[in-house]
Amino acid sequence: MKSLLKYIKDYKKESVLAPLFKMLEASFELMVPLVMASIIDHGIADNDTSYIIKMGIVLVLLAAVGLASAVTAQYFSAKAAVGFATRLRLALFSHIQGLSYTELDATGTNTLITCMTSDINQLQNGVNLTLRLLLRSPFIVFGAMIMAFTVDVKAALIFVVVIPLLSIVVFGIMIVSMPLYKKVQSALDKILGRTRENLAGARVIRAFCRENAEIAAFEQENEFLRSTQVFVGKISAAMNPMTYIIVNIGLVVLLWTGAVQVDNAVITQGEVVALVNYMSQILVELVKMANLIIQISKALACAKRVENIFAITSSMENGTQGVAENTKAPAISFEHVSLTYAGGGEESLSDIDFTVEKGETVGIIGGTGSGKTSVVNLIPRFYDATKGTVRINGRDIRDYDIKSLREKIGIVPQKAVLFKGTIRENLLWGNENASAEDLERALAISQAKEFVDTKEGRLDFPIVQEGKNLSGGQKQRLTIARAIVRNPQILILDDSASALDFATDASLRQAIRGMKNDMSVIIVSQRAASIQHADKIIVMDDGKMAGVGTHEQLLEENEIYREIYYSQFPKQNEKGQELLYKQKASAN
Amino acid sequence: MKNQNKGILKKVLKHIGKYRFYLLCSILLAAISVILTLYIPILTGRAVDCIVSAGNVDFGSILGILKEMAVIVVLTAAVQWLMNACNNKIAYQVVRDVRDEAFKKLQLLPLKYIDGHSHGDIVSRIIADVDQFSDGLLMGFTQLFTGVVTIIGTLLFMLSINVSTTIVVVILTPLSFFIAGFIAKRTFNMSKLQSETRGEQTALIDEMIGNAKVVKAFNHEQKAVEQFDGINLRLEKTSVRAIFFSSLTNPSTRFVNSLVYAGVGILGAFLAIRGRISVGRLTSFLSYANQYTKPFNEISGVVTELQTAFACAGRVFEFIEEEPQQPDAEDAVVLSAPKGQITMENVAFSYNPGQKLIDNFNLEVKPGQRVAIVGPTGCGKTTVINLLMRFYDVNKGSIKIDGTDIRSMTRKSLRDSFGMVLQDTWLHAGTIRENIVMGKPDATDEEVVAAAKAAHSHSFIKRLPMGYDTVISEDGGSLSQGQKQLLCITRVMLSLPPMLILDEATSSIDTRTEIKISQAFQAMMQGRTSFIVAHRLSTIREADIILVMKDGNIIEQGNHETLLKKENGFYANLYQSQFTA
Repeated sequence: MKSLLKYIKDYKKESVLAPLFKMLEASFELMVPLVMASIIDHGIADNDTSYIIKMGIVLVLLAAVGLASAVTAQYFSAKAAVGFATRLRLALFSHIQGLSYTELDATGTNTLITCMTSDINQLQNGVNLTLRLLLRSPFIVFGAMIMAFTVDVKAALIFVVVIPLLSIVVFGIMIVSMPLYKKVQSALDKILGRTRENLAGARVIRAFCRENAEIAAFEQENEFLRSTQVFVGKISAAMNPMTYIIVNIGLVVLLWTGAVQVDNAVITQGEVVALVNYMSQILVELVKMANLIIQISKALACAKRVENIFAITSSMENGTQGVAENTKAPAISFEHVSLTYAGGGEESLSDIDFTVEKGETVGIIGGTGSGKTSVVNLIPRFYDATKGTVRINGRDIRDYDIKSLREKIGIVPQKAVLFKGTIRENLLWGNENASAEDLERALAISQAKEFVDTKEGRLDFPIVQEGKNLSGGQKQRLTIARAIVRNPQILILDDSASALDFATDASLRQAIRGMKNDMSVIIVSQRAASIQHADKIIVMDDGKMAGVGTHEQLLEENEIYREIYYSQFPKQNEKGQELLYKQKASAN
Repeated sequence: MKNQNKGILKKVLKHIGKYRFYLLCSILLAAISVILTLYIPILTGRAVDCIVSAGNVDFGSILGILKEMAVIVVLTAAVQWLMNACNNKIAYQVVRDVRDEAFKKLQLLPLKYIDGHSHGDIVSRIIADVDQFSDGLLMGFTQLFTGVVTIIGTLLFMLSINVSTTIVVVILTPLSFFIAGFIAKRTFNMSKLQSETRGEQTALIDEMIGNAKVVKAFNHEQKAVEQFDGINLRLEKTSVRAIFFSSLTNPSTRFVNSLVYAGVGILGAFLAIRGRISVGRLTSFLSYANQYTKPFNEISGVVTELQTAFACAGRVFEFIEEEPQQPDAEDAVVLSAPKGQITMENVAFSYNPGQKLIDNFNLEVKPGQRVAIVGPTGCGKTTVINLLMRFYDVNKGSIKIDGTDIRSMTRKSLRDSFGMVLQDTWLHAGTIRENIVMGKPDATDEEVVAAAKAAHSHSFIKRLPMGYDTVISEDGGSLSQGQKQLLCITRVMLSLPPMLILDEATSSIDTRTEIKISQAFQAMMQGRTSFIVAHRLSTIREADIILVMKDGNIIEQGNHETLLKKENGFYANLYQSQFTA
């Protein structure tokens, strides 16, 4: 929490004034019973009507001043809490934007999102409540006790006993029931999980006629939830009766002591009434305080999570160089590159070594988990190689300013992600200064023109969140267009034609080849058809390069390539496939 | 709206009916507890009256009063505890009952409902709404009841002490009502604006952080921060206002309360001077005045809570009363060991009445034949599966297995006769073994292992930390897509029904696993009528019948050779494009 306090710095005044005004309100409240006591002892006893009226006005004034200070306090605390959360949120968002892929992987986007939304909201509530109640509640509880002491020490000793007793009961029940509530929550999560599972798997469950088994399992879990709830319920149901007994027995003792003290002429009747009033004030505030403590501990847990995210720093050091345009050096070269992901243990890539000349098209093929995506992720410096050097235009990639490096690279990631906004806005992500012709050209090349033409408003067609109003293939084509708008020196297609049918995929590759410039293209695919016409094909297997060459060369000499190829094109080599299956069978 | 609420109330009462004994107890106990609680200030007042001044203290009476008080306090506590216990019992039992009912319903609903409704929505009906409705409705009623009893009780007690002071209380109290209502109305729009802005911000966070990698790839970080900052500042403004204004309620009602207190104090004091009321009674009055507004505030809170609760209950019951799928006919036959002859006659089907999909479709599959379903992604290949498994019923025409209409056989026997492996694998949380024996719960360990070996899953299962007893989470957890699919194949391999529905792997699986899966498929299909959603050319070419689908429609039907011959046919084009790129 400490390191987060700097975000409330601009609200120092508010965060001091809010609790102060709250205390002011509380002290006015504490004065009421004394005023009432003097009405009884002087006004009534002496038949002094003007005194009663005077005191009556005092009561109303106390109420009005109390209201005024409460309103002021609420305003200051709302302002401070919201201002704090606003600054914190912006700082955290900017911080997250500055993290590199390695840190994003390690933390997970879900954690980041929860932190940005619910954690910070909880913190805002926590700060708000703390400013409002942290001083008020203890002030009233102990204030009531102190006031009791000013009235009569002997009677006040009852308060000294009652307050700790009440605290033990209130906090004790909370401490006991809190872990039980967690148990309730996890039982609830269980039935929630089963419900969700049954919705997602409705077909399979029915196909296997498992409906009754699922109902039985659900009923069992549901019954467990119920019995846990009833158990916790019994414990927390004890809170009210127990505090009631303590306070009221305290009252009984207080009345008896009061009677004795009045009889001994130590205190007056009105003062007994005041003491009775103080007794009833403590309970309400003590319960408020207990709730406040729960809130605060929740907020502190959130603060911890937020702090943890602030503690993550980007592991990547930025270079200073811009990317030169006209060098003769190869566009990309990997020199004995290895990559170990943070916390990954084993190397995900080992000794990768290849070059891509300007204007060349290179295909990367291999099974799932063979490291294809890891290779291309090194090119825009999403990760740093742990061994070896990656060079772009002949220069070590770490020398470049990351921003200007990425400007020259158009990447189409595996998962087609679009953002809320028009088609145009999405395309402009590639290059915000792109002209209308640039956009049209990109649409034509990515084979997206055909469907964009059918959309109402064409480029102004609004895409909803996550691109849900487009099909998978449409999204993929737009993400390709987005990368092409950038007119990049290097275009990377990371298995980004998987949702396209073969014909569209082929036209796409044709169109990209037709872009007359010295752009280097890297195509990652599981489909042999997508890469077989590349100038160079890299075959990946288990994080290593299993071969480099043209389609013909690889077909000739590389067994893994052959295996992949013939599993997809059995027609041209019936025998080859039969052989393949036989080999597999004997190998198993 | 009123009538609707009445209907909902009836249903709720029906559910509570079982526990009416507890309900009755709860109401009775609530009334007792309120009256006892209200009696304490009277006793306090009497005690105060016995403590007048030095030497003027009636210890005898005080002792009696205090003894009475102690007994009542203990009694009240006991009654309160019992009442809470009753309420808990009712609330949690009803929740459990309603949830069980809803979950049973879930299993009976036609898939059309499950496919057509957001799963998140259904889940929140069964989980969150049920909670809300039990909290709101049951607790709301008790609170409402105690609130009303408290108000009436307080009024009566006050009237019994002094009429004119009571009138002061009664006149001043509604003020707090009005103020609270006034604030609530004013803040409603602000809160709405706040939650809208917050929603907007959350959406942006979801987008920009959920897709942080794309944001970075396109150097969009700065832009994202600027966009965020804009919304954030707007949120700050609306939040400060919404939070500030809504936080005015408490101080304002407290203020009104203080006014009532002052009023009672002054008037009471005057009356006391004239000897119309004793100081002790004034004390009782003051504590009533302090408490009197509380139930009013609670009731106004309860009313909004009740409204939400009614809305939630409405949603839950709407779900529970949803039209279930047509139950099996009473004379439904049990399909046993079918040969696997499948006939579709003049089948017409569509998901939406307005949108034609499959019309007048005929298909004849002989026992043991293979049918490949081909078409681009999203062409509606699942429709065929939906019809065969009777997840959906045909609109017109009929589907027959061995000459019997599938609608005249039990669903269980029909589905038992099909083995299904879909690409979007579904595993449930539990051990590997539990997942495998789904279709044959009484399978022996040997059978399980044999099936796993046949499906090529044994080797990877063996290597898992606990082998067949490894617990996997919902959705398969750490298993790879390929392993998940192999598990699903094992599941079918174990029960090995006479007919199969298979969905071939696409790009997400590596070649080696793909070959294994393909081998497993081959083994299973031997002598079984099979429907395969096919991607690999070899599978397609070997099929006896190919169904070519596009946009949910079956547009061509035939075998590889006849379809290729079709001039400009869709299949022919699709096939060509694979080789001409």
